[in-house]
Formats: sequence, structure tokens, C-alpha cells
Amino acid sequence: MSTTTTQAPDPSVGTSMSVLHHGSLPRHFSAILLAASAAVVATVLLIFSSFGFVLWALLTAVAYIAILMTASLRVEGGRKATDRLVTALVHSCFLLAVLPLVSVLWTVAQYGVVRFGPYFLTVSMNGVLPSMDAGGVHHAIVGTLAITGMATLISVPVGVLAAVYLVEYAKGRLKKVITFFVDVMTGIPSIVAGLFVVALWIMLFGPGHLNGAAGALSLTVLMIPVVVRSSEEMLRLVPLELREASYALGVPKWRTITKVVLPTSAGGLITGIMLAIARVIGETAPLVLTAGSSAVSVNWNLFDGQMMNLPVFIYSQVRMGGAVNYERAWAAALTLILVVMLLFFLARMIGRLIAPKTR
Amino acid sequence: MKTTDATEAVPPSRGKRRIGDVIFAEVARGSGILILVILAGVAAFLILQAWPSLSANTVNFLTTQEWDANVRENPTFGVAALAFGTVLAAAIALLLATPVAIGISLFIVYYAPRQLAAFLGYLVDLLAAIPSVVYGLWGIGFLAPQLVPVYEGISRYLGWIPLFSGPPSTSGRTILTAGIVLAVMILPIITSISRDVFHQVPQGHQEAALAMGSTRWEMIRLAVLPFGKSGVVGGAMLGMGRALGETMAVAMILSPSLKISWDLLQSGNQTIAGHIALQYPEATGYGVSALIAAGLILFAITLIVNMAARYVVSRGTKEA
Repeated sequence: MSTTTTQAPDPSVGTSMSVLHHGSLPRHFSAILLAASAAVVATVLLIFSSFGFVLWALLTAVAYIAILMTASLRVEGGRKATDRLVTALVHSCFLLAVLPLVSVLWTVAQYGVVRFGPYFLTVSMNGVLPSMDAGGVHHAIVGTLAITGMATLISVPVGVLAAVYLVEYAKGRLKKVITFFVDVMTGIPSIVAGLFVVALWIMLFGPGHLNGAAGALSLTVLMIPVVVRSSEEMLRLVPLELREASYALGVPKWRTITKVVLPTSAGGLITGIMLAIARVIGETAPLVLTAGSSAVSVNWNLFDGQMMNLPVFIYSQVRMGGAVNYERAWAAALTLILVVMLLFFLARMIGRLIAPKTR
Repeated sequence: MKTTDATEAVPPSRGKRRIGDVIFAEVARGSGILILVILAGVAAFLILQAWPSLSANTVNFLTTQEWDANVRENPTFGVAALAFGTVLAAAIALLLATPVAIGISLFIVYYAPRQLAAFLGYLVDLLAAIPSVVYGLWGIGFLAPQLVPVYEGISRYLGWIPLFSGPPSTSGRTILTAGIVLAVMILPIITSISRDVFHQVPQGHQEAALAMGSTRWEMIRLAVLPFGKSGVVGGAMLGMGRALGETMAVAMILSPSLKISWDLLQSGNQTIAGHIALQYPEATGYGVSALIAAGLILFAITLIVNMAARYVVSRGTKEA
């Protein structure tokens, strides 16, 4: 995708102009200062033997910004100093966002590997008491595959066709209304989607019916808008000329769509669908309400009985609260994150390999 | 990249419409309409199933703090405390996340080396890929214990501010912890919307500012921020919508409670979504219906917030 970014000119150009009135700090001053303050803070912390990564990063940032500001104010003047301050703050904002990402991934990996392994993946909790040093997530993996699979089977045709309608057919008011409500629907809280299915199931089957199909339906509500949005974007990338060429050969519109437009954007569509799957595969709240949270054995039948899945497994283990339960929860979290990351990277790979052929 | 409006290309059907065309067009239109039907269905079924408990409720649903709904007759329940907790948690998340998100998007669009920018943006997007239940587990298993000494410090030195009055929770499982986790979770959405808007700032404005001798920050303040304001506001509102409805992280970090409390460092608040997830397995009698009523309130709040956000974002980009 082409960006309209304008990179500000090289800082050295700016400084050579302001030389008229002010001096300027040496070229690599900020980099050297950063390294120096990091080293000094680390040494001080180690002397007081209270080294913590977050504390170190925080103190380094404070020391760096304070010294840089003072130096810049004296040498370069106020405007330049403000600019340097903002630059430092903007950089720290980004690091601040990466910190939780690294922390989450690191803690999950660290605590997760304790139990993670072939045994954990292939054994269910059938016949295992919550506090026993045994059991695994086989049943939860099966449930996740079944529920997410069914949700995908419903959402993809509906979502892609709705996107085709929005891009190829819709005009005027209905188009605006659908686009707007698809956007709004992406913001529905997942637990509300779960409650919707609970309400529907009570009307259809009476109270207390928990099964995989209900879970899949609630995920569908969350997945459709995501599929529509991404597919819409991809279909819009297909050049008008391709459609016109097809029409010029006398091909009817629906054949043009199925034989020209959809194949051209197939790579992008698949990427979008995989990202949508990655999105809903970690949904917990709706599944607690609809698929139940107490199944312990492998259940492939979406229409009969409760169905465990990875996110709900993590949640219910945490609710039990024992040390073994937490170990299981971390290992299941590691499994879930690996699945999501796999989907994420596969999606990017496919997107790169069969990118929309726009020329 | 050029986007196309495919309806501009006119298909060659001058004579009678082909049957395949008619069927395909109708199926596609049906899918579009099905989405509207689903959304209407969500509202309709929630209202239908919430009605029995709401009409049997002996007190005002919106102003009552109690939750005594698991009975066969005369339930007494209300969402006042839960709605307060929901808004408080979302407000904390928004206050923490918005400035950082603006910083990140400025960093990615204007500061990061251009070859790296796409990758760094992708890193932030990865935050959105982590399931909420994993955030909850991280919050309760890692972050909350880490924050206990921090909270002790805050209450010792800043305890005179009513918000931070002690004694701080010894488990770290407070509304502030929940707000911090929510802030991390809504960072990606605010960042991605602001980033899109910053990308659309006309190059001419930026170059004009730079040509006047602006530093990079002055260029951002003069050209970028005024242009991107509505986009950032809209993005923040979308983030708030997410934070209001987020369930698992909150349900795992906060314990069941029905208090209205401004004490950020003590346990004692709960949100609507968290309450539903925690109470649902034990709900009997009017319980399920009452929880659906609470869900209805949540649905209404998030719907309004999201619609307003979309409106603000679309108005902002139109002005371009």
C-alpha cells in the first residue's frame, strides 16, 4: 500500500540553518547520551542491588530526557529543545506499547512450558480431578476446532457475499445503511453476542441448553462484520479495467464476479478470513455462556452437550484457583497463542505470496 | 492505492436479464440484508428475554445497586453499581491509552525509519491478536502482584488524593489494574485509526509548515494535529466502546462486587460484562433474564458510543 508519509528533512539540514542564531549539539549527542544514561542507571541500580527492568527503563528515560533538555536549552534554544523533548516522548510511547507485548508473550512462554508438551496436547480432562497432577487440553482443542470451524463455514459465505453486494451491486441508501451497521457491528461486545444466542436458544429449546452450535452461532455474529470489512477492501482493489474487459467480451456480471473479481482478490480474501479466524478463536465470554464451561471429555458433536474449548479452558482453570490449575491455564494460554500467531503469520505469508494482482 | 467503485462499470445486459445474474444479485443482496437482520435480531431477542425479569423487578433497574435476581418471584436487582464500574474502568483505560496511542501513531508515521515503519505498526497490531483471556491471565498472574508495591507507594505518598486512599489491595486486583489491562487492549484500535488519519494529512500542509522553518514538532502541531483531531477523537471513542464491552480480562481480575467506589487502589468495583460472566453459571429463577437485561444496557451503551464514533471518524475523513 502506498503511503503519503512525508519524512521531515534530515535533522542536520535544520540545524545548519539555525546555526545563524544558535549553536547545535554534536551529531550523535543524543545516541551517546542515551547509551551513557542507560549504563549509569544500570550501574547505580546494581550497586543498590535493586535491578528491575521496568525501573531501569523508566529511570533511564527520565535521566536521558532531563539531561538532553538541559543541554539543548542551553545550546540550541527553546524551540529545538521542545522538538527534542517530543521526539524522546514519542519514542518512549512506542517502547511503552511494546513492553506489555513482550511481557505477555514472555510470561506465557515462561510459565506455559512447565506443562506444555505432547502429553498436555493429547490427553483430555476426562477422569482427572481439578487438583490432580495430570490432564490436558485435547478436548478443548477439539472443541475450538469444531466451534471455530462451524463459525467460519457460516460467516465466510455470508460475509464475502455481503462484501460482493456492497462493492459490485449496492447503490444509494441501502449501501450506506449496511456499511454503517457493519461498522457498528464490529463494536458489539462479545458477551452481548453470547447473550443473544442464550436468548435465542431459550426461545427455541427452553432454558439450560448449552452446546457447540450455540457457541459457533455467537462467534458468527462477531466474525461476519470482520469478514465483510476485509473482503470489501480487497474487492475494491480489483481494477475496474478487469471488469470492463470481461464485460466487453460479453460475460454476464455474475460470471465476471465469480471468474474474474473473486479469483483476482483470492489472496487478500484468504488473508482477511484467516485474520478473522484468529480474532474469534480467542473469544471466551460468548462461549462461557453458550458452549458451557464444565465439559471434561472429547466431544465432536456440536449439537449435543457442552463443548470445552481453549479460551474457556483457561478461564475455568483460573476460576478453580489452585497451583496446578494455574499451570494448566498458562500451558493452555501458550497453546492458544501459538495457534493465533500461526494463523497470523500464515495470513501474512499468503497475503504476500498471492497479493491482489493489480496489474 | 487507487480504489474502484465497481458499480461504475456497466455490464452488457441490455436485453433481458439473465437468470444467473438475477439469482446471484439477489443472493448477494440477501447476505447484505441478513447482516441487518442479525443486528436487529440481537436487539429483539435481548429485549424479549429481558422483559420477564424487568417487569417483575420490584425496584428501579437503573438506580439500584443490589443484585438479588436468582429467585422465583419478586426479584430485586439493578445495574447502578455495575454501570458505574464499567464507565470507571473504561475511563481509566481511555485516559492511559489515548496519549500513548497518539504518540505511537506519530512515531510510526513521522519518526520511525521508513523501512521499519510497516513492521513496527505490525508489532502494535500484534497486541490486538492476543486473546482477551490471555490478557486476563497475564493481569491476574503477573501484572497484579507486580503492581502491589507500586500501589502501596502511591497510597503512601499520594493517599491524600481521594482516588488513591488506602489501604491498598494486597492482591493488586483492583479497578486500576483492570483499567491498565484494558488500556493495553485498546491501544491497537486507537493507534490504527489515528495512524490512518495522520497518513491522510495533505502533504502540502506539512511541506508548507516545514518551509516556514518549523521543527518537526511544530510541523506536527500546526499541520498534523489540527487535521487529525477528529480522527483521533473517533479512534478514542471506538477504543472506549471496546473497553466498555470487554469481559474476560475484567472478570478474571476483579472479584464479584456490587459497590460504587471511587477508591482505585481497593477492590470493590465490577463491570456489567464481568458481572454477567461471573454470575451466569449460577443464575437460576429470574437470574438469566436479569443478566440479559444487564447485557441489553451494555449493548445500548456500546451501540451509542460506536455509532457516535463512526460518525465522528467519517466526518473527519470527509473534510479531507
